[in-house]
Amino acid sequence: MTPAPRFTGDLAHLPTHGFGHRSLTWWGIIGFMLIEGGFFALTIAAYFYLMSQEHSWPPPPFRPPNLIAGTLFTLVILLSELPNTVIKRAAEQGRLREVRKLMLVMVGIGLVLLVIRGFEFNSLNVLWYDNAYGSIVWALLVLHTTHILTDWGDTVVLGGLMHTRHGIEARRFIDVSENSLYWRFVWLAWLPIYFLIYWLPRLA
Amino acid sequence: MTELDPDLARDGPELTGVELDRRLTAAWRRQPGLIGWLSTTDHKEIGKRYIVTAFVFLALAGVLGLVMRAQLARPESGLITADRYNQIFTMHGTTMMFLFAVPVMEAMAIYVIPLMLGTRNMTFARLNAFSYWMYLFGGTMLWVAFVLNTGPDAGWFSYTPLSGPEYAPGKRVDIWAQMITFTEVSGLAAAVVMATTILKQRAPGMTLAKMPIFAWSMLVVALMIIFALPAVALDSGMLLSDRLVGTHFFNPYEGGDALLWQHLFWFFGHPEVYIIFLPATGFISELVATFSRRPVFAYPAVVVSLCATGLLAFGLWVHHMFATGLPRLGFAFYTAASLTVSIPTGVQIFCWIATIWLGRPQFRVPMLWVIGFIVTFVIGGLTGVMLASVPLDLQLHDTYFVVAHFHYVLIGGAVFPLLGAVTYWFPKATGRMMSEALGKLSFAVTFVGFHLTFFPMHITGMMGMPRRVYTYPAGMGWGTLNMISSIGAAILAFGVLLFVINIILSFRAGRVAGANPWEAAGLEWATTSPPPVYNFPHLPAVASRTPLWDEGEGLPVTTGLRVDDRELLSVTIIDAIPSVREPSPKPTIWPLLSAIAIGVTFVWSIFTPWALVFGLVPSAIALTIWFWPKNPDVPPEPEID
Ligand code: HEM
Repeated sequence: MTPAPRFTGDLAHLPTHGFGHRSLTWWGIIGFMLIEGGFFALTIAAYFYLMSQEHSWPPPPFRPPNLIAGTLFTLVILLSELPNTVIKRAAEQGRLREVRKLMLVMVGIGLVLLVIRGFEFNSLNVLWYDNAYGSIVWALLVLHTTHILTDWGDTVVLGGLMHTRHGIEARRFIDVSENSLYWRFVWLAWLPIYFLIYWLPRLA
Repeated sequence: MTELDPDLARDGPELTGVELDRRLTAAWRRQPGLIGWLSTTDHKEIGKRYIVTAFVFLALAGVLGLVMRAQLARPESGLITADRYNQIFTMHGTTMMFLFAVPVMEAMAIYVIPLMLGTRNMTFARLNAFSYWMYLFGGTMLWVAFVLNTGPDAGWFSYTPLSGPEYAPGKRVDIWAQMITFTEVSGLAAAVVMATTILKQRAPGMTLAKMPIFAWSMLVVALMIIFALPAVALDSGMLLSDRLVGTHFFNPYEGGDALLWQHLFWFFGHPEVYIIFLPATGFISELVATFSRRPVFAYPAVVVSLCATGLLAFGLWVHHMFATGLPRLGFAFYTAASLTVSIPTGVQIFCWIATIWLGRPQFRVPMLWVIGFIVTFVIGGLTGVMLASVPLDLQLHDTYFVVAHFHYVLIGGAVFPLLGAVTYWFPKATGRMMSEALGKLSFAVTFVGFHLTFFPMHITGMMGMPRRVYTYPAGMGWGTLNMISSIGAAILAFGVLLFVINIILSFRAGRVAGANPWEAAGLEWATTSPPPVYNFPHLPAVASRTPLWDEGEGLPVTTGLRVDDRELLSVTIIDAIPSVREPSPKPTIWPLLSAIAIGVTFVWSIFTPWALVFGLVPSAIALTIWFWPKNPDVPPEPEID
């Protein structure tokens, strides 16, 4: 039925995994970061849109959020990039013991962040049903918290996985490396939100 | 680098033909039986399910269209009540847009694209399966609610404040908003799968500049989905929270703004029109090339037009809001932008006409749909250009003129090409040709029925008949035209019915098709019809845009992928140089179970926000098991550190 195929090249020598843009996982993560980034950007746009409807921001009688919890959160999440960088490098060089240990550290940091986040919700000085200002501020914070939460869940599962026999597979190291990449996105996205929630109401 | 293990079986000159087929089938086949069927990760199976499901939704929404036409055929007709009519037109528009038009285009691509690119499956095959289940559940929820008299009734774009908590009590709008969540999750997942597959899994040598135009159109569309869909998901999320937990995003009394809804909605909604239309232009390019027996004229111009349309579409959303009293200066800009977007589309149309002109056209059935498309779409495009000018839009806004316009672009611009594409790829998927005679008949009946239905609506609209009215008084003089529209709708429906009958008859007893029944040029025609589970015994390699025309029977192939495990080839983005052999996930039930857990959470959360908390646990468990590696049976390749 079919004529004999014409062989032109052989792929057997190709590697079975690659880091960064050579891996399909990386492209998937980039895709999801674009989507999530879209969510953040649009929520921020909605924030400015609602702000433009008001004469003063926050609309009286509300006071801007208290600074302590949010600022502490920002400091911790910025510092978390240190272990995060180390993990990413360790994963790319296949150092399993280091990855195992530092994943635990990241799980701990995530927990600390979630606790501080609880205090943040408490220091906004407005509730979501008070007015549109309250709604959008809560929306920003909730949106970001879902990212902390999902990345934390991901880190817990992946950290557990690294302690099983699957941990030695090259693909797991790719997963760890991409998880670190995603964490960078999570804290980068936080910076403008921090500014919008805590500082813009003070400056405007 | 990987050390070669002599015991690992790979395809090659020594391993080809029957033995290769046996081994690859063993590696790629799924379990038989119901569980296997529910677990599949094969893009061909998922694609076919997607297509069938989308056509079922087309039929359901089409029946609602007929019901509306029956009601409107005569003035003061008492067939259906105002409340029922509101639900019906909302369900019709919502189903057509969210459950038929967008998904069906992705569905066609899920089936065809991997074959066109010469790969064995899509990237993230399980995510692909998950996307289908979310879509199915969202659509089912909407229709179950409708049957229970809780169908949404605020129009397919659910404007606030009408859809807000003050004016739309009950659960109808919540159902609508949550259906959006389902379809957006599904659409975004499918878009990521699609974009990575097109960027990373092309045949060796298929550089971006040699990629089939349909793949280009789907790449642009996937990116548009990624940028546009979050807007409507966020919008409907805000609406839900306004309705359920008392936020005030759209409530003007508490600093919110109803127009915020419209901005976010049309930021998605206008690109959405092109998300439906661009894949259709991709179909047209494939069909025109095959049936003119020459490559599409000015390939670079067509590709640039596709990309330009994708970009410009994001500058247009305000033209849906000319009647809202926004600043005047903005209007001039958006009118200009709306007119500009017709340029790249015009370029494409001229390229197709040039292709037909310079080629040796054969007017087989798919080509008839192309002609039907060009005629109809040009009319729809012209009325669109009319509506882009503000004074005219203010006059015709919310009349039947607009209904006529968007059915011309949606049916003419998307459904006709779709039916052509289904006829074209049917032999690939089933191994049988559709009947040519019945095909011609169904085209003719559909085409006549369509114009009879929708052309008179231009006039009823100019005579002042508003859209979304459940009836009209006898003295308005609209009766005759409406009667013509209704008769046309019956003819149109009969034409589509003939198409479906053709599909069923041909599926049973159509003429057997070979690998390449249309003598087309794309890689999808290089494998058997229907293709084996693994698509290609050896991965094809490509040196031109029209490989099968240039290489004839002796298409070059590459070898070396494992045959004892599922392996895919990923290549560099621009030049398609082989770079990594990636494993492809095995079938599993967990994407379905995850979709069930998440689906229950979504539906439940319509009734209490706590569902999000309780639903988190089963969802997280399901997702974790999904991602937990479980392939101990395959010996991993030895690796050198
Ligand atoms: C069987 C053929 C069809 C018929 C007879 C039909 C009929 C109608 C009618 C009479 C309306 C106006 C309802 C009103 O304003 O009172 C309408 C609205 C609409 N149709 Fe169709 N239609 C058909 C196919 C389609 C298709 C294929 C699509 C999209 C792909 C579509 C999308 C829409 C949309 C988005 C609306 C607006 C709904 C709204 O106002 O919220 N229709 N259709």
